Amino acid sequence: MYRYDHYDQAMVDARVAEFREQTRRRIEGHLTDDQFKPLRLKNGLYLQLHAYMLRVAIPYGTVNSRQMRMLGHIARKYDRGYGHVTTRQNMQYNWIKLEEAPDILADLASVEMHAIQTSGESIRNVSADQYAGAAADEIIDPRPWAEVIRQVTTFMPEFSYLPRKFKIAVIASEEDRAALRWHDFAIRIVKNDAGEIGFECYAGGGMGRTPIIAYKIRDFLPPTQILSYLQAVLRVWNRNARRDNIHKQRMKILVLELGEEEFRRQVEEEFQTFLAMGQDVPQAEYDRVAAYFAPPPFETGLSDEIDRSDPDFALWVDRQTVRHKAPGYAIVNISLKPIAGIPGDISADQMDIVADLAETYSFDEVRATHAQNLVLPHVRKADLYAVWQALDAAGLADVNLDLVTDIIACPGLDYCSLANARSIPVAQKIAERFADIERQQDIGELKIKISGCINACGHHHAGHIGILGVDRKGTENYQLLLGGSGAEDVSQAKIAGPGFDEEGIVGAVERAVERYRELREPGERFIDTYRRVGFESFKESIYG
Amino acid sequence: MKILTGNDLKTGAVVWWDGSGWSLHVEDAADTGDAADMILATETAACRVNGGYAIDAAPDADGKIRPAHIKDRVRAYGPTVRPDLSLKPADPAAGNWVI
Repeated sequence: MYRYDHYDQAMVDARVAEFREQTRRRIEGHLTDDQFKPLRLKNGLYLQLHAYMLRVAIPYGTVNSRQMRMLGHIARKYDRGYGHVTTRQNMQYNWIKLEEAPDILADLASVEMHAIQTSGESIRNVSADQYAGAAADEIIDPRPWAEVIRQVTTFMPEFSYLPRKFKIAVIASEEDRAALRWHDFAIRIVKNDAGEIGFECYAGGGMGRTPIIAYKIRDFLPPTQILSYLQAVLRVWNRNARRDNIHKQRMKILVLELGEEEFRRQVEEEFQTFLAMGQDVPQAEYDRVAAYFAPPPFETGLSDEIDRSDPDFALWVDRQTVRHKAPGYAIVNISLKPIAGIPGDISADQMDIVADLAETYSFDEVRATHAQNLVLPHVRKADLYAVWQALDAAGLADVNLDLVTDIIACPGLDYCSLANARSIPVAQKIAERFADIERQQDIGELKIKISGCINACGHHHAGHIGILGVDRKGTENYQLLLGGSGAEDVSQAKIAGPGFDEEGIVGAVERAVERYRELREPGERFIDTYRRVGFESFKESIYG
Repeated sequence: MKILTGNDLKTGAVVWWDGSGWSLHVEDAADTGDAADMILATETAACRVNGGYAIDAAPDADGKIRPAHIKDRVRAYGPTVRPDLSLKPADPAAGNWVI
């Protein structure tokens, strides 16, 4: 994985020192709250319901064991013993003290991490496929390009005052594991008939109160032109976007207002301007970055056989491991969705255990997923039993990847100052209702996504079943949505009808699931049946 | 009644105006009447509180102050999904007060 060079380290260290001074001035009263707020947000520090919240960037979801231990150290020393994996592959802490925030940033910098551009109107952390470098179906590892983009979009002068936040994702496979088309700008790395690598580019996606699926703006962009192209996209948005209404300032709104063709035309025009400046990344620079992501020294001649004599282990293998590109290896998914647990939460001790496992069994790498789980990307099949035993002992061996209890949920009203309703208790109750593993397996792939407000951090628009918490005359109310997807079969979920209270929404989900079981044909997932039979059939069963 | 809440500047902890200072416990909150804006301006300028605002509240059946909106009750209690991190970790039913 990428390592900071002298310049990277110097920039991050200087930023820590600067923020330490700004924090001191705030605490001593030399800066007002209004003056300080944009400064702390530029360093990922929010003020939430109960305390300050720090969001730490995990570029394309990749950390090494040293960094993972540091995340655990921060949870233990500065927070309350745990962290939370977010839907953009980052880690956030809920109980931060302002006076300690500079020390945390200094600790992060010591392991080549930071919280820069994890908040505010900036180009956010670049996300990617959590199986990058390991997936059997990828064309190339997408992370070197994600890293190139990360470097260029960090402290980018022309785009330091954007209308709103800007989110980028990069994948390199047909299967979309990164919710690609729900991003402002997205790249799917493809190969053409001549065997050349190129970028299929998407623009104008996003969730929030105006959900829009990104449209394909370019079929095939030569990779070495990506910086010109990305800057052209940003410039068109930065130049034309509204700045009078925060809800209308994301790029998706501009695309909607200009129209896809006009937006594309303006981007192409600016693209030529940037190309002529000759500032794109030379192949040699890409090669330098890519060298950091060279495949680990996989052993050859390994057997693919797995001893399945322990039935609990076999169950876990079947659900939580995924085919690896190297024979004899597997990708291990670590569930952070224990029944009745808090989706995405992980304790400091568990972080240490995951770090140890990564160091011993996975070439020192851990990944965070947008579905709020973790991944050990490179585990020898011969080591799976040992890994499973260690995870089981740590309470990290739940078997539910992509099943009904593998629920994405935002922090909701339990933590978030923007939320209207609590998300986590709803996730917990649904998980308890469907706790039986045989029932979960029978239902099969079913992605439930819960947001506590219209900002949609819980991706409810992209849920096979989505749940949106709203405030109805001072009480929590939950709308049910059906038919969304964040995968390669992307679609936007549709509101089913009137909302429910907390108990009612659990029953409504169960009725939708039972309707699916009645109607499904062999091999159909929930979303397949929904698309075949249509919305009304499900609506009838939910509302009677 | 009107009560005042905010976050302690240094720690971020949720605090409530008790008439002469800031308390961690909503039970201590004082009715500010029409003085909320003035108190808030003074306390904010003195860097004792951050993000302060006035809310409606009323005594509950036991006579304890209960914020009118669920968001402020969650702030007063802590995350309902982590009672161990609330101000009343020994009382597992304390979270019921929020709903």
